[in-house]
Amino acid sequence: MQTPVISVENLKTHFFTRAGQVKSVDGISFHVNKGEVLGLVGESGSGKSVTGFSIMGLIDPPGRITDGSIRLNGKELVGLSDEEMRKVRGREVAMIFQDPMMTLNPVLRIDTQMIEAITAHEKVSDKAARARARDALAKVGIPSPDERLSAYPHQFSGGMRQRVAIATALLNSPSLIVCDEPTTALDVTIQSQILAEMQQLCAETGTALIWITHDLTVIAGLAQRVAVMYAGRIVETGPVDALLDAPIHPYTRGLLGSLPSAGVPGQPLAQIPGATPSLARLPPGCAFAPRCAFASDVCRTAAPESLSHGPDRAARCHHPLEAPKAAA
Amino acid sequence: MTDAAINAAATTLPAIAKEETPFTRFRKAFVEDKVAVAGLVLFLIIVSLALLAPWITPQNPYDLRSVDIMDSRLPPGATMGEGFTSWLGTDGVGRDLYSGILYGLRISLMVGALSGIIAASVGMAVGLTAAYAGGRVETVLMRIVDLQLSLPAVLIALILVAALGKGVDKIIFALVVVQWAYYARTVRGTALVERRKEYVEAAQSLGLSNARVVFRHIMPNCLAPVIVIITVQTAHAIALEATLSFLGVGLPQTEPSLGVLIANGFQYMLSGKYWISVFPGLALLLTIVSINLMGDRIRDVLNPRLEK
Amino acid sequence: MLAFILRRLGQATLVIGAMIVIVFFGVNVIGDPVYMLISPEMDQNAIESTKVALGLDKPIWEQFVYFVTGAVQGDLGRSFVHGEPAIKLILSRMPATMELALVALLMAIVIGLPLGVYAGLKPESRISKAIMAISILGFSLPTFWVGLMLIMFFSVMLGWLPATGRGDVVRVLGIETSLLSWQGWTFIALPALNLALLKISLVIRLARAGTREAALMDYVKFARAKGLAQSRIVGVHIMKNIMIPIVTVLGLEFGSLVAFSVVTETIFAWPGMGKLLLEAIQRLDRPVIVAYVMVVVVLFVVINLVVDVLYSILDPRVRLTEAKA
Repeated sequence: MQTPVISVENLKTHFFTRAGQVKSVDGISFHVNKGEVLGLVGESGSGKSVTGFSIMGLIDPPGRITDGSIRLNGKELVGLSDEEMRKVRGREVAMIFQDPMMTLNPVLRIDTQMIEAITAHEKVSDKAARARARDALAKVGIPSPDERLSAYPHQFSGGMRQRVAIATALLNSPSLIVCDEPTTALDVTIQSQILAEMQQLCAETGTALIWITHDLTVIAGLAQRVAVMYAGRIVETGPVDALLDAPIHPYTRGLLGSLPSAGVPGQPLAQIPGATPSLARLPPGCAFAPRCAFASDVCRTAAPESLSHGPDRAARCHHPLEAPKAAA
Repeated sequence: MTDAAINAAATTLPAIAKEETPFTRFRKAFVEDKVAVAGLVLFLIIVSLALLAPWITPQNPYDLRSVDIMDSRLPPGATMGEGFTSWLGTDGVGRDLYSGILYGLRISLMVGALSGIIAASVGMAVGLTAAYAGGRVETVLMRIVDLQLSLPAVLIALILVAALGKGVDKIIFALVVVQWAYYARTVRGTALVERRKEYVEAAQSLGLSNARVVFRHIMPNCLAPVIVIITVQTAHAIALEATLSFLGVGLPQTEPSLGVLIANGFQYMLSGKYWISVFPGLALLLTIVSINLMGDRIRDVLNPRLEK
Repeated sequence: MLAFILRRLGQATLVIGAMIVIVFFGVNVIGDPVYMLISPEMDQNAIESTKVALGLDKPIWEQFVYFVTGAVQGDLGRSFVHGEPAIKLILSRMPATMELALVALLMAIVIGLPLGVYAGLKPESRISKAIMAISILGFSLPTFWVGLMLIMFFSVMLGWLPATGRGDVVRVLGIETSLLSWQGWTFIALPALNLALLKISLVIRLARAGTREAALMDYVKFARAKGLAQSRIVGVHIMKNIMIPIVTVLGLEFGSLVAFSVVTETIFAWPGMGKLLLEAIQRLDRPVIVAYVMVVVVLFVVINLVVDVLYSILDPRVRLTEAKA
């Protein structure tokens, strides 16, 4: 078996605020292989973005990684010094953010912002770095990249800016890119273009992706595997088709049921009652229990362990739904 | 329907205790901040010292018979010719500095407060007129305000005292001219918002006169920002008066404010007789800091954007 | 861009015109300078001849027309006291004031910017809180008194720096400056620091607020995700964004530095035009007062224009909107 590009074991990232200890990420484990796309799905506040920032080593006080391990190509990232982590960021693992209008510095030219991403890691001439930036822009489908290099971000549309961000992430050919809802802020047509391009780029270069989103429809066409997060934990993982066709965790089913396309026309849309719990005051037992139609007494007292439900599938639930009863 | 009833109906404060007036709420919020309370206490001490000056000072610095030139430039703690101890030393003509500072505070505070009140009144009148009249009147008034605010206060004040000459009345006039525009601009802004509210329409539909609508209904609702500016501006005015007096173009020697006292000590500073300038300066500094500390808190409490 | 500058120039002319009217009548209607210039023994004839010599016997509107025609030709009258053209007097003192104001501005940035950025990056640290306390105090301290204290500590007690005056001046490209010698800098240090004090506080506040805001922006997170060093993120990404408001505000404040130099120049006996103005006020030398005000107003207008242009150079977003308009 090949070494995964990234493997996360029992990662805990907690925030120590005045209101109490917020367990944003509380013991999650997953891995992503070369050329693979993992969809990390959850509502806002489920800890999916914090997971991404933990991998990047961008957790600021009052937050910190309290436990667990993050291994990138076999190298342990937790506990690296600031400078060692800086060398990893942008070279071995890159990140793309949600709002393309905000990720590029408005007062710096595109070439400045791309070239600095190269020279931060390698000693290359400005000219060579510029040529690489130009090629990266061309690769993500930006027309006349030479001219566009000396433009300012406000001269680009939202979709074009996200392409610039993607090109910047690709500059040092990282083995992993963390994508934090990069298409959420874009028009649907632009969104599908960018998704298709990302998919193709990964297939060509073997770059692994962690695609963070709240949108299951995006995941359906993009990812090979999915991890569903709820209140800082991964409640269910599995191959994308199997998970979407037959969810095991009631929360996953709730998410699927909430999609407008899943309902019957004319009928009110299904929804999960209640709201995500405050991470500073989680209920004992299963965090989803207060909103779960299947919850029993055991759910309210004991936290469910992650149990295997067939090849490559697992869920944290005391009352798993109709799971494919394949041999374990 | 009385004016009060209309105003009461406009202030939508649901289910508050009977004794809970806006003032008590303000007081409660104000005292939450220890630093602001310290500022208030300091300010009250300074004001009481100034008011009680004739009874708690060993010497009346204006009474030339009690001043002896033989006592001039004594260091702090020296014994004066008349037998009392001068804790803060004496100035160039033999006046006890402690007495001089308390009497000087009276003038500085009076000039600051008077100019503040007059400027606030003028500024409010202009701001309300501009907001209520609108049209060309508003444009002209606000252009004047803009023009004035674009020039530094100290420059305007200098030119005015150059034209007017020395004296308490003239310096107050100059300080009013320097300050009124801040009030006018703020009051106009608030009044424009208030004017569109329903209680104004209600008052107008009752057939109340314009003056009554403006002064009884709109004006009380514009007071909060005015109170905020009045603290900041009074501190500014006191500092500006001291600056002008120090430069010798403000108050005359016959009315020695803190600025005049500091100016008198300046010539002795290079020979190391620091106290003549330092102590009046400290009094000035404490006065301004105490007002600013209160002002910061008042601004936080009264700023509607920060209200919970 | 050209239309924009022309519009601004039109507004500027209006402001200058308004100031001419206000200042001329303000200064000339109130008080009679003749009584300042004559000795008590002079008889009525002597007084009258003095008036005629100074043109003060004519009706006020005639004096005004005379003044405006002169002003347009660059003649703002002769100083009653010095007997020289007022404008020449002012301009001869201007380099000293400009030198002082520029050094003060420089100090405000060099001292205020690092402190403010630090306080913005680490808002919870003790040092930051101390920086902010100093900046609040800076707003409360009366400038002239701080000037006295500076003289007391650095000149009288420590004897490090000269208390008053200006160092030897050298002429460079037609401009007199005292900044080319070490001695010149020792003379300018205290007055410039005194003048800069308020602006240092201002820059600290602006830089801190800007840094706190910028540090939370996604573009800073993205820059970190690229693996940039902290020094580059702060020095380029954050700095370039916070410099825009700071340059704008400081540019506009340059005028108030010039105005406030009246106080500083008087305390430190700095031979600039502010000191000249104060002497003119004390002697009711009206042409000098009027000339000073006119020079300062023109200066203000020019500064505003320069700041606007600078602003559009610094902020590419503005440049684009102007180009479209």
